[in-house]
Amino acid sequence: MGKATVIPFGPQHPVLPEPLHLDLVVQDEKVIEAIPQIGFVHRGLEKLVETRDYNQFLYVCERICGICAAGHSIGYAETVERLMGVEIPKRAEYLRVIWHELSRVHSHLLWLGLAADAFGFESMFMHAWRLRERVLDLFEKTTGGRVILSVVKVGGVHRDIDANQMSEIIHVLDGIMADYRKIVDTLLTDYSVKNRTVGVGTLSHEEAFALSMVGPFARASNVNNDVRCLGNGAYGDLSDFQPIMDAQGDCYARVKVRCLEVLQSIEIIKELAAKIPAGEISVNVKGAPAEGAEVCNVLEQPRGECYYYARGNGTKNLERMRIRTPTSQNIAGMVAALKGCDLADVNMVVLTIDPCISCTER
Amino acid sequence: MSGFKLGGMTIGSVFKKPETLLYPFEQKQAPAGLRGHVIVDLSMCVFCGICQKRCPADAIAVDKAAGTWAIDDFACVQCACCVKECPKNCLLMEPSPSAVGTSKAPRVFVVGSMR
Ligand code: SF4
Ligand code: SF4
Repeated sequence: MGKATVIPFGPQHPVLPEPLHLDLVVQDEKVIEAIPQIGFVHRGLEKLVETRDYNQFLYVCERICGICAAGHSIGYAETVERLMGVEIPKRAEYLRVIWHELSRVHSHLLWLGLAADAFGFESMFMHAWRLRERVLDLFEKTTGGRVILSVVKVGGVHRDIDANQMSEIIHVLDGIMADYRKIVDTLLTDYSVKNRTVGVGTLSHEEAFALSMVGPFARASNVNNDVRCLGNGAYGDLSDFQPIMDAQGDCYARVKVRCLEVLQSIEIIKELAAKIPAGEISVNVKGAPAEGAEVCNVLEQPRGECYYYARGNGTKNLERMRIRTPTSQNIAGMVAALKGCDLADVNMVVLTIDPCISCTER
Repeated sequence: MSGFKLGGMTIGSVFKKPETLLYPFEQKQAPAGLRGHVIVDLSMCVFCGICQKRCPADAIAVDKAAGTWAIDDFACVQCACCVKECPKNCLLMEPSPSAVGTSKAPRVFVVGSMR
């Protein structure tokens, strides 16, 4: 048995897109403990509710995370609408879910590229990002922004997607689907990928459950906590929604679940595009949240369940806005998965759990 | 074997139209409705200050007495809130990005000018 050594990992590291610091206690190339540290990008966004009214705060909320921007604006708008008892038109609910699922496709493709790059699969990285670019172009055409969409408002959405644009979305998604299937087949059957991921960083069902993990990473350990099953908004109108699960709990299972979710999201968009009702896209929201009124809301972000809590104080500014992001739940799981893995596998475990530190610190 | 499949895709892309543009010889057309930068037509502005009040980034300064309307492009987050809220429809979102700034000072417009 060699002597235990501490190796610092991050906050700036080639495989880490996010500023996360890990102190890896290593013995004979095996990680015996990982001590995480965050706090490098705290921006104090929740405090801004005191100086921005509930309409303006939507734009702040949207900037919590670049990748989940659509999700955060939808989650926040839904929370405030519940707080004020506003019912939004059905068409707006459908449009929100279509954009949200498109953002899931873009988020998963971005992650797939980064993960492929981390285990040395450069051409896969190029292909994944090439496909992601098409989704960003769709955002650009339908919302006016590529990453920060600014299309949601309290009471509905700002823009409609007309029939032409809708058929273009379907057409582009069909094109993505054809290429994506090839990429995913390659990734999931390649033996070098399997060598690096199968049996690495395993989290059992019990562990994932006890550590309250969320999102695709929990589903890879057979913990079903997909918030989309609650049927909020247009999700309730889906004919059949079955979350993608896996029982293995290792890096391979996490990669697989996330890969398959892209295909599922494309199916959801197609179904909703076919079913979308005609009508208004927003309602006027007047007044302010009542004093003491409080509400909570959950939304399935690309990385998992995101929880929103808001309390009103009778003015246009909210008294409190609290957001618990998926990564703050998953860091504990990541530390557990790192225990006992090889030093060379640390990047695989971190990337398959895909922490988003900007979200977590807000 | 699966590596060959991706290799096939990569070789296939040699014969396909490229996914990227040969910038700066080819430039991407900005789609209509892209939120590039804010422009103002002061001939219609009544200096009500609504745009300033609604802006989440405090990027606009309206001065009724001096007859000026100013926007700080470095603070503006292109949310288009001001454009939607202006009662006189004198604000517009131009699809192209704003010109590269040479100073950090806000762009100031005086009555009678339009850009
Ligand atoms: S809201 Fe419109 S009319 Fe009022 S000050 Fe701003 S630009 Fe002028
Ligand atoms: S686009 Fe948004 S941030 Fe920019 S000036 Fe208008 S309201 Fe302010």
